[in-house]
Amino acid sequence: MATFGTLSDRLTATFSALRTKGKLSPADVDGTVREIRRALLDADVALPVVKDFTAAVRERALGDEVNKALNPAQQVVQIVNDELITILGGQQRRLEFAKNPPTVIMLAGLQGAGKTTLAGKLAKWLKADGHTPLLVAADLQRPNAVQQLQVVAEQAGVAVFAPEPGNGKGDPVKVAKDALKHAKTALHDVVIVDTAGRLGVDAELMKQAADIRKAVDPDEVLFVIDAMIGQDAVSTAKAFQEGVDFTGVVLSKLDGDARGGAALSVASITGRPIMFASTGEGLDDFEPFYPDRMASRILDLGDILTLIEQAQKSFTEDEARATAEKFATDSFTLEDFLAQMQQLKNMGSIKGMLGMLPGARGMREQLDNFDEGEIVRTEAIIQSMTPAERRVPKLLNGSRRLRIAKGSGTTVTEVNALVSRFEQAAKMMKTMAKGGMPQIPGMGPMPGMGGGGGAASMRKAAAKKKGKSASKSGNPAKRAAEEAARAQGVRPAPSGASGSGFGLGGAAPAGDKQPTADELAALQKFLGR
Amino acid sequence: MAEGWRLGGALRGLFASPTIDDDTWDDLETALLGADFGPDITEQVLDELRASVAKFKTTDPRDLKRMLRESLEERLAAHDPTLTLSNRPAVVLVVGVNGVGKTTTIGKFAKFLTGYGRTVVVGAADTFRAAAVDQLATWAERAGAQVVRPQHQGQDPASVAYQTVQFAIDNNIDIAIIDTAGRLQTKAGLMDELGKVTRVIEKLAPIAEVLLVLDGTTGQNGLAQAEAFIESAGVTGLVVTKLDGSAKGGFVLRVQQQTGIPIKLIGQGEGIGDLTGFTPHVFAASLVP
Repeated sequence: MATFGTLSDRLTATFSALRTKGKLSPADVDGTVREIRRALLDADVALPVVKDFTAAVRERALGDEVNKALNPAQQVVQIVNDELITILGGQQRRLEFAKNPPTVIMLAGLQGAGKTTLAGKLAKWLKADGHTPLLVAADLQRPNAVQQLQVVAEQAGVAVFAPEPGNGKGDPVKVAKDALKHAKTALHDVVIVDTAGRLGVDAELMKQAADIRKAVDPDEVLFVIDAMIGQDAVSTAKAFQEGVDFTGVVLSKLDGDARGGAALSVASITGRPIMFASTGEGLDDFEPFYPDRMASRILDLGDILTLIEQAQKSFTEDEARATAEKFATDSFTLEDFLAQMQQLKNMGSIKGMLGMLPGARGMREQLDNFDEGEIVRTEAIIQSMTPAERRVPKLLNGSRRLRIAKGSGTTVTEVNALVSRFEQAAKMMKTMAKGGMPQIPGMGPMPGMGGGGGAASMRKAAAKKKGKSASKSGNPAKRAAEEAARAQGVRPAPSGASGSGFGLGGAAPAGDKQPTADELAALQKFLGR
Repeated sequence: MAEGWRLGGALRGLFASPTIDDDTWDDLETALLGADFGPDITEQVLDELRASVAKFKTTDPRDLKRMLRESLEERLAAHDPTLTLSNRPAVVLVVGVNGVGKTTTIGKFAKFLTGYGRTVVVGAADTFRAAAVDQLATWAERAGAQVVRPQHQGQDPASVAYQTVQFAIDNNIDIAIIDTAGRLQTKAGLMDELGKVTRVIEKLAPIAEVLLVLDGTTGQNGLAQAEAFIESAGVTGLVVTKLDGSAKGGFVLRVQQQTGIPIKLIGQGEGIGDLTGFTPHVFAASLVP
């Protein structure tokens, strides 16, 4: 959706003339509400939901409760974000297990929503939790759906109940009933019933789904819906609610770039909570659903929280503190640089990380050109140095550089670039560690810093990198991490914790996973120019 | 149950009112947005219609309805929906994101072609998803087409594609259709794999058509899908599936308009005969009855 820019960009544009105004006039609000409406429609939120939603936002924006501390654009984004989270369900709901096992979970949805894959993921997830799930092949419609479930079950290492070969033969209601008996005798405590995909308008198949529901009396009926679905989410969700009355929703294919407005539509129209998100083709790509993160995604504010969480997993506070001290005392060496880079690698794919940043959706092309191999090459260069050279880069004369280039299979130019980049980075980090704030927008009155903000500078960084043959890989990622931390309102303390030179350690103690109003405001400030 | 053709329903009420007023325009906008045309196309169509209404000074909603249908039809008909399958063998590569109905479409397409007396071989280059090969083989059997299977699980899809085309050449088969694994357009590595598949096929024979299958229930993300697949696989035509449900698939108009890639086939059910060529006036008429 890059072509349309993010909602925050547009809001910023709408309000550029209103900077000095302290309060929103009805006309301002109307303009903003129009932008929000468009953004929501672009994100595939269903029209009736958009209408209710914008009406609610309008009312609140004109009300007296607005936060006087924020500028108008920030106020509106805050209101929108609050409302989104409210609709998406303030908190997550867990699966409910039956008092007398087996617990029966039934899956339903359109064709191609991802039910069979989800059945495997859910089974694997439950198995890891100490349950003994049984997968039931009640999709006898689609050719070879039964085989697919068998393969998935094997991959997940769980049992499967498939008495019928499928391909249009057999009675799914009977299969489901027999599965319950089988589960009781074979002592499975959870039964997951995979049903055939069906369209909301197909009365006959909806009745079949209702019959399966009646036959097995499930504790949970999960409605699996594709995150890419458009306006049809409303009629489909309504049809399934009337047909099988699901108890929870699973959003699939969230690893794509769909903004997932369907989540909002379904939650708002049916009032059922979204319980899980499915984020890839591997059986482990499955996670509980976080409403606040989804709100950010719909508004394209980026999935900062996930990023921070991942960072927290890889960086400990102590490590960050040690690094910060090294910066401050000028004892940061290429060895530390290498260690930092390896830590970044532990966080997973750099591309994936960058993708979570606000506005990053527009960077797809640059991301694609981002070569993870650069890191490997940089590593090779550093590892081809002697320990003395790593500690004192000044030692590196021409012949040493040539040796290193040969040893690492690179060129002298690349070695040169790495060394100069390291020196620049060390210098910048030092300034920051001492409490200085070079080139960070949105951190207070810094006139002239205008366009340097957030996504724009990231894009520049990425683009710049593309041009050079030498690896620049460490930098944008680190910068990304810093910006993420900063966006959360983490300011460098004067003490050692100013490890926010690498931001991540500093973010850890904040600990609070819910974005507070302040954080969102800071985030918005960071996004605005 | 869902209300069926929602745009149709919304418009029926709308065009029953005696004159064109503000409500008419509001309802029209609602109907267009509800059919997944997206805010851009909706705005364009509305502007165009407002201009026409002003120009012809009409107040009759029936005129508006006719103009709407014509406007949509004209937009839909902007590109040529004919399939070019004149090479022998004509190689058709089918691509798309997960769960849009690629395999089902191939089954129906093979039946469609065998119905015209063409010999068809399908290549199961979806070596990733569990049981995808069997699913395709079942369809091929129903359609009376031959099938080329991978020799082992997880074989390189490009090599299966190559073998399929080779098989078609050796056995003098008219058309080779190659199934690929579903992939989200954001997975750069998987998208590159498609590029490899096309390069490898082209060593043997030029590719006649690369069909991108789009799920009719998709929203505005369909455009992002199309753009990514055009870039990595050189898509030459669109197939819209699952139009037998309550979804209108209005987003395909936006896709066609912005990418210039024509819609070529329409899938409307799980039966083997439920695939038709794309005819703009039929599609427009189903949107605006």
